[in-house]
Amino acid sequence: MASSDKNSKNGHFLDALNPLGTFWTKLAHGFSPSILESDQCNADYEGSEGVSIRIENLNKSFGDHHVLKDINLAIEPGETFSIIGPSGTGKSLLLKHIVKLEIADSGQILINDHDVHESESHKSKRNFRYSMVFQSSALFNSLTVGENVGLWLREKRICGEARIRRIIREKLDLVGLSGKEELRTSELSGGMRKRVAIARSLAMNPDLILYDEPTAELDPVTSDELARVIMSLKEKVKLTTVIVSHDLSFALYLSDRVAMMHDGEIIAVGTPDEIKKSQNPIVRKFIYTTTKGIREEGK
Amino acid sequence: MRFLTILGSKLLNVAQGLGEMLELLCQTLYYFKEAPRNLTSILRQMNLIGVGTLPISMLVALFVGMVLSVQTGTELALYGSQEAIGAIVGVSMVKELGPVMTSLLVAGRIGSAMAAEIGAMQVYEEIDALKTLEISPVRYLAMPRLIACLFCVPALVVFAIIVGIIGGGIVAEVNPKINVPFSVYYDNMIRALSYKEVFKGLLKAMVFGGIIGHVGCYIGFKTSGGARGIGESTTRSVVLSFLLIMVANYLLTRFMI
Repeated sequence: MASSDKNSKNGHFLDALNPLGTFWTKLAHGFSPSILESDQCNADYEGSEGVSIRIENLNKSFGDHHVLKDINLAIEPGETFSIIGPSGTGKSLLLKHIVKLEIADSGQILINDHDVHESESHKSKRNFRYSMVFQSSALFNSLTVGENVGLWLREKRICGEARIRRIIREKLDLVGLSGKEELRTSELSGGMRKRVAIARSLAMNPDLILYDEPTAELDPVTSDELARVIMSLKEKVKLTTVIVSHDLSFALYLSDRVAMMHDGEIIAVGTPDEIKKSQNPIVRKFIYTTTKGIREEGK
Repeated sequence: MRFLTILGSKLLNVAQGLGEMLELLCQTLYYFKEAPRNLTSILRQMNLIGVGTLPISMLVALFVGMVLSVQTGTELALYGSQEAIGAIVGVSMVKELGPVMTSLLVAGRIGSAMAAEIGAMQVYEEIDALKTLEISPVRYLAMPRLIACLFCVPALVVFAIIVGIIGGGIVAEVNPKINVPFSVYYDNMIRALSYKEVFKGLLKAMVFGGIIGHVGCYIGFKTSGGARGIGESTTRSVVLSFLLIMVANYLLTRFMI
């Protein structure tokens, strides 16, 4: 405990002064051996570098239902890439393949030219870190906001306890939730939950971050804030971002490139401008809708 | 022909379920080596399972001991051999009633809650989130629960046995038809019991505890289909735990005699 006190003084004087809240956290995490370690983080943790993703001939069926049909896609390192398309076309499923939650029937996904399922064997090389922001946020209900954000750091024993608490505070600041560490996740609104989920992903310093419908339950103002967070991340750190969304203006505003998915196939890839000018009737039908899309030039 | 198809697919389902259970069990046992790291969550589960169930299990055991004493005591009194009541209550509490009753209670109270909790996590993508954080759900969720069950159920059984025997003793002393002094009751009980018997009873309890924890986690991980699925998982975990406890009870008793 002594070393953790010293760390907290070095790190942030508030750690020592902060009353009950931190006391209970410290008590709860007192058994974690990480408090005995120094303030330094694992060397690997600092900094993130964008990764490239190559998807080759990916197929996936559920029974007779062929959901993903021969997907081919290349995402450059450091790129912000959006996959747009109507609901139920397999966008989220594609993301789940990238994070290894689903296994493809055929085809492969290469991240930095290594098959995702083989990367286990390349232990000597620095493994890339990926994290996913789920559509339902998927926060752990039994934990507080701070514990949710710090879960990966604590479980993987990346840093000392004082440092972890500082990272948690930083990441919560970044998504505009300063000082909410001790709240229960059940007390949060939908938008706050989403932002906690993003902070939890950012706590990993990921090289690749995947958003599944990030704006699905957010109001326009919060969506704007979220877009600003993603933009500022892009400036500060060089990470690859993949966004799956049917929020068109959000995707077009943020992305370097956009892919349009329809019926389990990629039907168009290009910069936002190219997509807007696309002559493909399906793309045009999706983009130039009255309520949610963008207005066609000249109308 | 149709009948055979249905029978075949049922059998395949059972075989697949058994295989998956065994796989999960092996994974959980593998992660036992990381137990010291997860001491906090193990202690939290122990508090929930052990301390939380203690009052109700003691109350149930008290009344079971009392009813056992009344029922057998009045019968024995007809033949004037009511002194044997101590031995009867002691042996049946230690060998059967203590372990089985407490396990059924824990299965109903904790096993179902476990299945519902993990099931809800499965349905609301929390398990997927754990996987993307590269935290093994088996290590993070199943291992602490199984360890806590393995140790807490025998501990609860110890209390249940003690309280049950005391309850039986009180009835034997107070009931005018039986009227056996507590000292006689106690001496008879001690004479009938050996440490080996107690150890066998606790070993049984440990196996039952393992069944409860494992079934709760397995059913939880297998949950799908929203709120309704969670409800079904809760029921299924209790039914499966009861069934396996009864089967294991027979097998253990058969081979430990």
